[in-house]
Amino acid sequence: MREVAIIGIGQTPVGEHWEKGLRELALEALEAAIRDAGVERLDALYIGNMLSGQVESQEHLGALVADFAGMHGVEAVKVEAACASGAAALRIGYAMVAGGLADFVAVVGVEKMTDASGEAITAALATAADAEYEAVHGMTFTALNALLMRRYMHEYGYRREDFAPFSINAHRNAVHNPCAMLRFPITAEAFASARMIADPITLLDASPVCDGAAAVILCPADQARAFQERPVRIRASAVATDTVALHDRRDPLWLEAVALSAYRAFQQAGVRPEDVDFFELHDAFTIMAALSLEASGFAPRGRGVAMALEGAIFRDGRLPIATMGGLKARGHPVGATGIYQVVEAVLQLRGQAGPNQIPNARLGMTQNIGGTGATVITHILEAMD
Amino acid sequence: MHPARAWRGRSQRYRLEGEICEGCGARLFPPRDICPECQRPARTPYPLSGRGEVYSYTVVYEPPAGYEEQAPYIVALIRLEEGPLVSAMLTDVGPEEVYIGMPVEMVTRVLHRQGEHGVIAYGYKFRPVLRRTVMLPSPSAPVTA
Amino acid sequence: MYENGHRIMKPSRPVGIVGYGAYVPRYRLPGVEISRLWTGGAEPPPVREKAVPGPDEDVVTMSIEAARNALARAGIAANRLRAVWVGSESHPYAVKPSATIVAEAIGATPHVQAGDWEFACKAGTEAMQAAIGFVGSGMADYAMAIGADTAQGRPGDALEYTAGAGGAAFILGPAEESLAILEGSLSYVTDTPDFWRRAHARYPEHGGRFTGEPAYFHHIVEAARQLMEALGTRPEDYTYAVFHQPNVKFPQKAAKMLGFRPEQIQTGLLVDEIGNTYAGSCLIGLTAILDEARPGDRILAVSFGSGAGSDAFSLVVTEAIRERRDRAPRTRDYIARRVVIDYATYARYRGKIVLDT
Repeated sequence: MREVAIIGIGQTPVGEHWEKGLRELALEALEAAIRDAGVERLDALYIGNMLSGQVESQEHLGALVADFAGMHGVEAVKVEAACASGAAALRIGYAMVAGGLADFVAVVGVEKMTDASGEAITAALATAADAEYEAVHGMTFTALNALLMRRYMHEYGYRREDFAPFSINAHRNAVHNPCAMLRFPITAEAFASARMIADPITLLDASPVCDGAAAVILCPADQARAFQERPVRIRASAVATDTVALHDRRDPLWLEAVALSAYRAFQQAGVRPEDVDFFELHDAFTIMAALSLEASGFAPRGRGVAMALEGAIFRDGRLPIATMGGLKARGHPVGATGIYQVVEAVLQLRGQAGPNQIPNARLGMTQNIGGTGATVITHILEAMD
Repeated sequence: MHPARAWRGRSQRYRLEGEICEGCGARLFPPRDICPECQRPARTPYPLSGRGEVYSYTVVYEPPAGYEEQAPYIVALIRLEEGPLVSAMLTDVGPEEVYIGMPVEMVTRVLHRQGEHGVIAYGYKFRPVLRRTVMLPSPSAPVTA
Repeated sequence: MYENGHRIMKPSRPVGIVGYGAYVPRYRLPGVEISRLWTGGAEPPPVREKAVPGPDEDVVTMSIEAARNALARAGIAANRLRAVWVGSESHPYAVKPSATIVAEAIGATPHVQAGDWEFACKAGTEAMQAAIGFVGSGMADYAMAIGADTAQGRPGDALEYTAGAGGAAFILGPAEESLAILEGSLSYVTDTPDFWRRAHARYPEHGGRFTGEPAYFHHIVEAARQLMEALGTRPEDYTYAVFHQPNVKFPQKAAKMLGFRPEQIQTGLLVDEIGNTYAGSCLIGLTAILDEARPGDRILAVSFGSGAGSDAFSLVVTEAIRERRDRAPRTRDYIARRVVIDYATYARYRGKIVLDT
């Protein structure tokens, strides 16, 4: 198996792109990544996307984006794994390069959500849950996370306000990210009085609906230097699954697929949790951030929120998270999120994260979660010297 | 939605029919055909009692398309007395009355209506166990210790 | 003219009620709230309050719960029912039976007769007469008859004060297994257009005071009087009587016309608390009576359906009532779980606010 490097990154700002459709967004990110890598040709293109069929009545994104990008004849396929679609596409691209089936692969995560009404997007996102046994009961994605959050508070004795540091950190980091959607700081008071969406989850626990696209270019690590001064090596790529329905889990507060995927990633990279310099986790909701920290091995059970309260998740903390705003404040264009996480991790590892730079960041971890933890994809990235 | 979709699951939806694993005796809901406990086939229908308690709950203020009529509504995870956890709406109860551990019972209600013309989807919901008034035995009733 | 023996109906095989169950939704709309809106509070409401179904309830869901209660009391498996019949004027579908959904939900399918009955407020007792015949003929051992409604009155109309929601289910079976044995029944029907709703109309029309004397009173009194005459019973032989109750006054007056004392109708007279439950009205009253009746008590139940007609039943309670009664919630348990709503909430729950045009 060959080592794989990331030699190019590109991203559009996350937000409400009224003037751009799926194909324009995808092309913008792809062109930026190609420019960044300086590659002339691509062997394959993988598109991570969740909602195009529902929101835009458009599937077949592999061929669509390849065609729009002028890459006639190229191998191109869409990869779907709900909110983990972006990282799932990266996983496929990684496997192609690592296995020697392709040398230069582009992976684009793209999502267009603002063309649908709020009710339609809520219903569309709920398709990541079990349609027959969750969604049919009026379960929304926010509701599923709210069920977890309330039970978590009940089991470990936290208050709703105790989750504030996750959102405060994300918003603070988004201020200096030109591609972030919500570039303003929030206060603990604002968090405490935010509008309820699904009790106990408020607007300030949840990531926003938005559009965006991000892209990376992969190639064999031994060729990376020819294209990129500061390439980043993919040290681990690991996928794990769990039951789609939350109610089918033995212990809903333990994200088994997070634990499995993180464990496999650590094994593959030959590193331990304490070796990781920062963690781009899947903070679609504050409760997901807490549960991810625990199942990934960064905090003991029931201590994910305590870890945030202690300040360990801030830029100067033991394990900075959401360093460019996370899903909460950069925005969560669902199928693109996994690639945004990787693009941001590459910026940190290249030392290009601006005011948000984590000093001496060498090893970064990204984790993209589909559904309430049914598909979890962890990547460990390392700056190549 | 095509009517066949709800029709297919009518036993589960209308009366909470699950499965029992012949191998290890685990009671399963929703039916999943392969027992998650022992990985053996579990295809024997088994009617769940419908009694359980609230494991967690939330109030949905921003409903998905098709559920606006009932919003805000409560959804919950219910721990059934036979073991399985089930996702369902709570009904006949206000948000301020619900608590984790609240005893509930299954009722069959309208899950959603597809506008004025579509098929009506009926299915299980849970409500607080109906309180029964204590009735004094009537004078002619046999006296019991 | 035939002699009375031909008018009374008695099955060749003795039949009775082996199980019964009621359902009343939890919401209540007080009459003063309706009066406040439409008459500035000037008009005293005909009933104190009425039961209103929640947004996830209809005739099917109410029937299912009443049916489950009836099965629990009967102590029989649902697949032993050979009929599930639902009488209502507010079936959720115009075409597609409520009864098949109810039968499926209680586990009575597939070897079962299922169908919906319509005869304004006597659709439920119409189903009951059929069930008596079904069991009495020996075609079936058990048959279920349900009367349930979520009736609506036009906003501001006199009917809006009373149009309530609720239902009751009865399992008819062999007399020897019954908690109340049928002595006989009688139906009395004429073509009297006192109240109607045309095919696609949302709200019913009525003939005002024409609904009283020639309609309600004539049919109720004739059915009851002729049944008692045929059975050789008198009002004082009955511990309880229950009549269709569109308001409080009508059943009180009918009782008086027939010679019943107020105490005899008190237990079954629920209209002041739950409104007129149409096809459920007299039948829910009967469930409330069975909830407290003692072995040996005799009960007269008389329905009335506009259009018009009455079914009268004479029943005698057996020992079996004692241990079956508490196998399911009593009717009073449903009436007691009462949540008062305002007119706006009522208008929303009952689809009176236009969301989609």
